Amino acid sequence: MIQLKNVEVSFKLKGRTVNAVRAVNLEIEQGDIYGIVGYSGAGKSTLVRLINLLQKPTGGEVIVDGTNLLDLSPKALRQERKSIGMIFQHFNLMKSRTIFQNVEFPLKYTGKSKEERRKKVEELLELVGLSDKLNAYPSQLSGGQKQRVAIARALANDPKILLCDEATSALDPRTTRQILQLLKELNQKLGLTIVLITHEMQVVKDICSKVAVMEDGHVIEEGFSINIFNKPQEKLTQDFIQTATHMDHALETILNNKKFSELEENQWLVELSYLGFQTNEPIISHLYSNYQVTANILYGNIEILQDVPIGKMIVVLSGESRQRKKALEYLKENGVEVNILKRHDSESVLKFVKGGA
Amino acid sequence: MYNILNEFLPNVMPITQEFITATEQTIHMSFWTAVIGCGIGTVLGVILVVARKGGILENPSIYQFFDKFINIFRSIPFIILLTLFSGFTRFIVGTTIGPTAAIVPLVIGTIPFFGRQIENALLEVDPGVIEAAQSMGISNLGIIFRVYLVEGLAGIIRVMALTLISIIGFTAMAGAIGGGGLGNLAIARGHARFQDDVIWVSTAIILVLVFVSQFVCNVIIKKITHD
Ligand SMILES: Nc1ncnc2c1ncn2[C@@H]1O[C@H](COP(=O)(O)OP(=O)(O)O)[C@@H](O)[C@H]1O
Ligand SMILES: [Mg+2]
Repeated sequence: MIQLKNVEVSFKLKGRTVNAVRAVNLEIEQGDIYGIVGYSGAGKSTLVRLINLLQKPTGGEVIVDGTNLLDLSPKALRQERKSIGMIFQHFNLMKSRTIFQNVEFPLKYTGKSKEERRKKVEELLELVGLSDKLNAYPSQLSGGQKQRVAIARALANDPKILLCDEATSALDPRTTRQILQLLKELNQKLGLTIVLITHEMQVVKDICSKVAVMEDGHVIEEGFSINIFNKPQEKLTQDFIQTATHMDHALETILNNKKFSELEENQWLVELSYLGFQTNEPIISHLYSNYQVTANILYGNIEILQDVPIGKMIVVLSGESRQRKKALEYLKENGVEVNILKRHDSESVLKFVKGGA
Repeated sequence: MYNILNEFLPNVMPITQEFITATEQTIHMSFWTAVIGCGIGTVLGVILVVARKGGILENPSIYQFFDKFINIFRSIPFIILLTLFSGFTRFIVGTTIGPTAAIVPLVIGTIPFFGRQIENALLEVDPGVIEAAQSMGISNLGIIFRVYLVEGLAGIIRVMALTLISIIGFTAMAGAIGGGGLGNLAIARGHARFQDDVIWVSTAIILVLVFVSQFVCNVIIKKITHD
């Protein structure tokens, strides 16, 4: 549906060049809810604005639904943009127009009669659950309601794609969930392809089937959300996930607490991550019955991504050194990702952990 | 009542008809200057906003040209503009005397001021809304007429209210060199013949005109603002 081929964007500012997007290749398929995560300044907005060519690339190709957008005349590009809706962090509604007029705005001068337009607007507002606010002005709505209006407006010309630039970043957590739920419904009901930019992995976790992580203009990691959540490769991705699963807080608490952080000689502090419905109990009881290794669970969290649970735990493994190593092998064989966070001071420290000390 | 007025305004009462005519002339000059000046000023303001860096029709040379044009014309004192353009005025109106002739230099004097103010008013339109309109595939002309001029309307009227004050002030000056109106009356009779009451009444009427125009503008702004 959307192909970005080797796209680059650089801005020249007073003799200085900012490379906002560097040689990015992305393929987004029909029906995907594709997340792009990264910290502020990573180049996410610039990247997503390439998809409707609000931003012209300094290199590469942008192909949407088989059409190379860079080949289009201005007029044809405007036509193409009607099939790519976009919503924004600050909603960008017109203050001087009512809700009805805001949603009707993109429908005007498209050849539809007044009556057809009225019907369409009512349908759209019904779809986003705002039928009762037709004659209100944006200033009279809450943030969540404004975003619903913006979504209705973006869908006015029946687009195939919806671009969301930090669409929930100005909303409280509850409203965020409601808007994400709405996007998910639209994805399923209309087969809408959604590209969603965010700085919160939480949002990705809630609705994205695939995700790309951006840093300094590069896409550093991408793939199915489930895989990324279970086995993040890059440090930045791990940070994002730890924040989303509250592992960062848990770790900080644990490492700042002597009782837990001062390990004995026969102990390891480990992070376990596993996929699927296997409950942790049999595995952990096996550790004891087979290897005489006890696992003291300090923190546990289960996230459900696309109906697949992903479990994360922080545990202290205690047991004789050789047995601990065997236990570790056993865990890995059973598909559990193991990350040793801390060893006893007498053992060499292999890995330092974010939030430590 | 009539006696009291006669006593306090000895020079005004005999020429009430002249006052009425002068007030009409001032309104005539101000109104048409506002309409024409606002029209051209808005075009200028729009050009500046769309052509500036980051605008929807970015064009540095056009921006530079109009930007300089405004700065130069704004630096010419109005009283000099009045004489500077007398040839042009005669060409357009056929004469350089009278309220209608005064409209030409008034408009010329107002446009740069107005253009700059409109530019500032339109810059207040949320760039996010412009971006949203672009993302919907709205043409540049559509963005000008359906976004900038609609979302910026309250700002434009606020600017108009401001400009009206200076236009009314300018008409007084135009009056001094033969444009007619209340300024002419105040200077020709009040100042030249030491008739203080004529100056006072002219001033009072001008103030009333200013207050009424401000009031009307404020009512309109209130009606179209929804934030
Ligand atoms: N129009 C622009 N002109 C100059 N620099 C820009 C422009 N837009 C974005 N940038 C720069 O490009 C980088 C990426 O910005 P952006 O795409 O907005 O990041 P994000 O959306 O991830 O926060 C930043 O360093 C930003 O300052
Ligand atoms: Mg951004």
